[in-house]
Amino acid sequence: MKRSNAPIFWLLFGAGGMLSALIGAALVWITGFAAPLGIGLPSEAASYANVLALLQAWPIKLAVLLVISLFLWHSAHRIFHTLHDLGIHAGMLARLLCYGAALVGTAVCMVVLGQFV
Amino acid sequence: MSLRRPYRRSMAGWWRKNPYFVEYMIHEGTALCVAAYALILLAGLLALARGEAAWDQWLTLLRSTPSLLLHGLLLLGFLYHSWTWFHIMPRTLPPIRLGGERLSAATISNAGLIAALLASVLVWGLAMRLAS
Repeated sequence: MKRSNAPIFWLLFGAGGMLSALIGAALVWITGFAAPLGIGLPSEAASYANVLALLQAWPIKLAVLLVISLFLWHSAHRIFHTLHDLGIHAGMLARLLCYGAALVGTAVCMVVLGQFV
Repeated sequence: MSLRRPYRRSMAGWWRKNPYFVEYMIHEGTALCVAAYALILLAGLLALARGEAAWDQWLTLLRSTPSLLLHGLLLLGFLYHSWTWFHIMPRTLPPIRLGGERLSAATISNAGLIAALLASVLVWGLAMRLAS
């Protein structure tokens, strides 16, 4: 019997959904308000030198990669299945666009993170 | 292809007729917020990789009113996602038994929401430590 690849996508959906449910709102608050506006954080927290220094550390690189890629895989899976509910056939094109976007986003993220040395 | 063209009911807006499915579409729609936020973070990384001038432009953009409004919307989307995620969780988990009794749905949801609160405090504490 041919093994289904559905559990992989479902697992990524679940992991991304859990991560975003646990810390998503806190991250939006930090990167969207606290850091750029200096609310509760030092005003130089978002400076080029500081953010670059942060992203040169491997644990931070890994955390950023996990957040961006899992968020992308979670939303790709959910959007793909909701397209079906909206009457757009869940065919190969929709599949390629949704999961392909998540794959490209993950690859771009890895390449860019690799540049901060 | 058949020339008979049998009648097919349109799927346009079917979910708007039932409040249950309206809520369903809204909580599924939070995926758009999650996707948008991941792309914003990725755009920020790309700006950082292009150097200091590009990063400062990115910061100016983040401080603009449209960006703050968008982030406010994203914040609401993520909060709603957390809320629905942990309310659906009892139905997606296998039954959990503690001392012979099945763990109630409310206990699972509340534990999830408390975990989210603790994790958010932890992330904020980490951000403050990393920024100082």
